[in-house]
Amino acid sequence: MRRRHSAEEEADGVLGGEIGAVARAITAIENDLPAGHHVLNRVFPHTGTAHMIGITGPPGAGKSTLVNELIRSYRAGGAKVAVLAIDPSSPLTGGATLGDRIRMLEWHNEPDVFVRSMASRRFGGGLAQHTLTVAHIFDAAGFDPIFIETVGTGQDEVGIASLAHSTVVVQVPGLGDGVQTLKAGALEIGDIIVVSKGDRPDAQALARDLRRLQTLHDREDSPDDRWNPPIVMTSAIEQTGFDKLSAAIRSHKEWLQQSGTWEVRVRTMLATEISSRVQRDLMRRIQSQSVNQDAAINAVLARQMSPLAAADRLLESLSNR
Amino acid sequence: MTTPSTESPMTDQSDQPVRILVAKPGLDGHDRGAKVMARAFRDAGFEVIYTGLFQTPEMIANAALQEDVDVVGLSILSGAHMSLFPAIMTALANVGRADALVIAGGTIPAADVTKLKELGVAEIFGPGTRLQDAIEFVRQHTGAMSEAARDAS
Ligand SMILES: Nc1nc2c(ncn2[C@@H]2O[C@H](COP(=O)(O)OP(=O)(O)OP(=O)(O)O)[C@@H](O)[C@H]2O)c(=O)[nH]1
Ligand SMILES: [Mg+2]
Repeated sequence: MRRRHSAEEEADGVLGGEIGAVARAITAIENDLPAGHHVLNRVFPHTGTAHMIGITGPPGAGKSTLVNELIRSYRAGGAKVAVLAIDPSSPLTGGATLGDRIRMLEWHNEPDVFVRSMASRRFGGGLAQHTLTVAHIFDAAGFDPIFIETVGTGQDEVGIASLAHSTVVVQVPGLGDGVQTLKAGALEIGDIIVVSKGDRPDAQALARDLRRLQTLHDREDSPDDRWNPPIVMTSAIEQTGFDKLSAAIRSHKEWLQQSGTWEVRVRTMLATEISSRVQRDLMRRIQSQSVNQDAAINAVLARQMSPLAAADRLLESLSNR
Repeated sequence: MTTPSTESPMTDQSDQPVRILVAKPGLDGHDRGAKVMARAFRDAGFEVIYTGLFQTPEMIANAALQEDVDVVGLSILSGAHMSLFPAIMTALANVGRADALVIAGGTIPAADVTKLKELGVAEIFGPGTRLQDAIEFVRQHTGAMSEAARDAS
């Protein structure tokens, strides 16, 4: 049986970087337990410095492998590195196979590397409900940088950009032709674009397509201090490109700070975190009034009310209570 | 994001899925058992952290600690279990996770099973047992655990 810990003890543990306390606090937040809120309340004043780096891209693109290499690069500089690796939950059973950690096992004996796997629990957007909140715990425990690896994403999951200071979009050769490259909305959120598996024959062509696309986007009136997302080619097999990538991430952080964009992004990140929480709680409250909800669904089923009108009515029923 | 209907099969699930580490300790390179185990637990609605082959006791203990799992599920063929299991139990205790429910699947002689249980291995599922039994076992034993976690908060 596990020993009981008070919120003070747990918060002190987190602030002292104690691994067990950090691990338990994350579980409590993920499960939305009061203990998680108590610990967060206590440690939150001590957060706000860590660089949060989102890593996103299609399934199997090499995201975890990339994070593993980035850990190496940041460890060489003595940093305490945390990874929050999100994998999808099954829509049917709620179960999940969390398999990102397996790419980062070489750090298992290194107390300054903390890898935590997280199931998306059907939150959507390639993320989990409590993504940034969990990252605060790492921040409070002195981890910096914090990597957030999203679920393997498609063309439309761009939520990570509003939860991270820097977003790395990983592209991989062999997933289609230039049209896919053109379509990918995900590209636009990339502060840094990676062409991974650079050892593959079609990697050069992909990098060329991406570069062309970028010049299309460049506007002539762009101010001098604008950030131009670099395109970096990496290969885990040939062990190339990772130094360049970590240098690019570091200079993005410098640019954020020098241009004043850091504060703007932090504001967006926290606003997103708050509003996602509000949305969820509103939904919960509506669902807890199952009578109203069932009545509304029935009225829509009978075509007596439109889905939009039913939604309005449910929201009204909340404020009329 | 959230399922809109109260009648959806998705809403009756707990907010706290069981977290289980599935690993294959030892030096032989067969991970079929571990993969079958991981798959079955996932289908049962558990969150499975899969670390695969060649896991040392320290790797298992550190993963259990950082991932804060409720359960450690080990797949083991035969041979080295009488040295591996004590080392794993010690490693778990060293990182403060002696409380984790340790279960194992594989071929282990009956005489050794008794000894392993004395070491604190909760249950061993031999070749004749059904995966469903292991799932039920985990459900029963973690139900009690998460209740304790709840009133601790
Ligand atoms: N050829 C080649 N293969 C690579 C490279 N990087 C990763 N891979 C392989 O690509 C596969 C997927 O790698 P992961 O790092 O797990 O990819 P991921 O994007 O994290 O995958 P998900 O999290 O499942 O979406 C593995 O088999 C890797 O060995 C690379 O640079 N070159
Ligand atoms: Mg991955």
